[in-house]
Amino acid sequence: METTGVGRSQATLIRKPRLTPRQVENIAGYLFALPWLLHFVLLIAGAMIFSLAISLTETDLLTGYKFVGLKNYQNIIKDPLFIKSLKVTAYYTFLVVPLGVCVALSIALILNQNVYGLGFWRLIYYLPSVVSGVAVAVLWTWVLNPRFGLLNAGLRALGVADPPRWIYSEVWAVPGFILMGLWGAGGAMLLYLAGLQSIPTQLYEAADIDGANRWHKFWRVTLPMLTPTIFFNMLMSIIGSFQVFTQVYVMTDGGPNNATLTMVLYLYRRGFINLKFGYASALAWVLFFIILIFTMAVVRSSVAWVYYEGELRK
Amino acid sequence: MSLQAQLQERLRVTDWRIVRLRAGRVVGQVITYSVLSVGAFIFAIPFLWMLSTSLKGEAYAYRVPIVWIPPEFKWSTYTEAWRMLPFGLFYRNTAFITVMNIIGITLSSSLVAFAFARIRFVGRDVLFLILLSTMMLPSQVTLIPIYVVWARLKAVNTFWPLIVPEWLSNAYNVFLLRQFMMTITPEYDDAARIDGAGWARIYSQIIMPMSKPALGVIAIQAFAWNWNNFLGPLIYLNETRKYTVSIGLRLFQTMQASKMPETMAMSVVALIPVLIMFFIAQRYFIQGIVITGVKG
Repeated sequence: METTGVGRSQATLIRKPRLTPRQVENIAGYLFALPWLLHFVLLIAGAMIFSLAISLTETDLLTGYKFVGLKNYQNIIKDPLFIKSLKVTAYYTFLVVPLGVCVALSIALILNQNVYGLGFWRLIYYLPSVVSGVAVAVLWTWVLNPRFGLLNAGLRALGVADPPRWIYSEVWAVPGFILMGLWGAGGAMLLYLAGLQSIPTQLYEAADIDGANRWHKFWRVTLPMLTPTIFFNMLMSIIGSFQVFTQVYVMTDGGPNNATLTMVLYLYRRGFINLKFGYASALAWVLFFIILIFTMAVVRSSVAWVYYEGELRK
Repeated sequence: MSLQAQLQERLRVTDWRIVRLRAGRVVGQVITYSVLSVGAFIFAIPFLWMLSTSLKGEAYAYRVPIVWIPPEFKWSTYTEAWRMLPFGLFYRNTAFITVMNIIGITLSSSLVAFAFARIRFVGRDVLFLILLSTMMLPSQVTLIPIYVVWARLKAVNTFWPLIVPEWLSNAYNVFLLRQFMMTITPEYDDAARIDGAGWARIYSQIIMPMSKPALGVIAIQAFAWNWNNFLGPLIYLNETRKYTVSIGLRLFQTMQASKMPETMAMSVVALIPVLIMFFIAQRYFIQGIVITGVKG
């Protein structure tokens, strides 16, 4: 720091180098934020630049890098497996996200009616969303087993003579994963419950005075007031659904006949199995832009359907 | 009609209304609780089936229709399956990584969150905006370059790649903690500063103790996430003795795929720590959801 030359040696003997409180605050700020600054520089910015560079090469990481320009990207667009994985992932996302909103919202609405034993019900509905990973995937491999599985046992008990073959069938594999995804709707349910409880009761009282029935109150008060929560939750689940990996890797490994080949699974296969890291990096960037496009679309659409308090409307 | 009769008539009408209202309410309640029960049954039944299957042995596991309670519980399924792979070692590895990362995440994220919530340094707001925007980046984009660097450092097949990044905080936890710290009034800081405390003391003796609820949320989420983490260990660990529970279980599944009781038993074993933690710290799990969701 610039200290004045006058009596410098004396000053340093007596006191520490003088810093203004502002400078101390700046230094302290950067020191405290250091872990994330390192995280950002190394694991995000640095890694992104490196990733972009790798995506322009052909490499197995062992025998060096061969610059190929945009060839990886050009190949991706023509790659039938990539197109397949995009379709599979989009199919999964576009079903599991809206269905998830419906299931979670329905449970939250029921739980919001002053039911007895709220803690107990909440626990049961929330529990499946806490557990995740391989153990749950192994469990669902068996739940969806056509012969001995729980789901088909239930369907047969309900009188379905010939229940689907789920993860062993090209048609039913993705719906099987969707059911598994809906089983974890409890996290979103808690969000909606919190959202429901923060709706001011005056709004319902006012609606009562105007003679609104339950149906009106739901469509005119509850749902509009809940749209910010629905929006936030939809955004998060779209991003999450596009990155599905563990379940498909453990349960079907993309099969049967690539019917469950999701984009991240394809990326993993290309990179860590076929050792085409350049191609896999390019895939990661394509995935990123696809997620970006869909999130931007949802954000854009939010102007039309998300209600924010304090917003003026005509 | 006499006055009395009129009065009686009116009373009857009123009664009838009350009865109808009450009946409506009762019917509503019956419907509510029936729907809730059916839903809860559907959500809980995979767990019960898992437990039942793991305990009934080969003889009953594949019966159609399902035998829920076998005549005899076969506990040996658990001990035998446990011995087929070094699950004790997998448990120790996972516990080590998980504990290290809970410490690392809470420590680093709280330091960074403190900076963003409390210290007014140059460029803070821009940095915070960048931090928020990085939450949108899918981790796959940085997966390969980070792997390349660890490979160069000859650190593949060690726990370092699974631990070091967690010690550098992450955007989500920083955001959550920062939001919480913002609710603590700055008057505490001012009072401490008058008493001669520096930033380090304010962090460690005022803000950290007051942030315990939010720190609990983060610790519990770090626990669940690290315990279940699959892609990281799958990529970085390639020797069986280094495996975590999740890739150990995956290996077990590929070896014993056709054995329902055994794979179910080991899944139960893998789930138990998370379930125990959930029942102990349920409050924190639920708070975590609420804190992050309120942002909206």
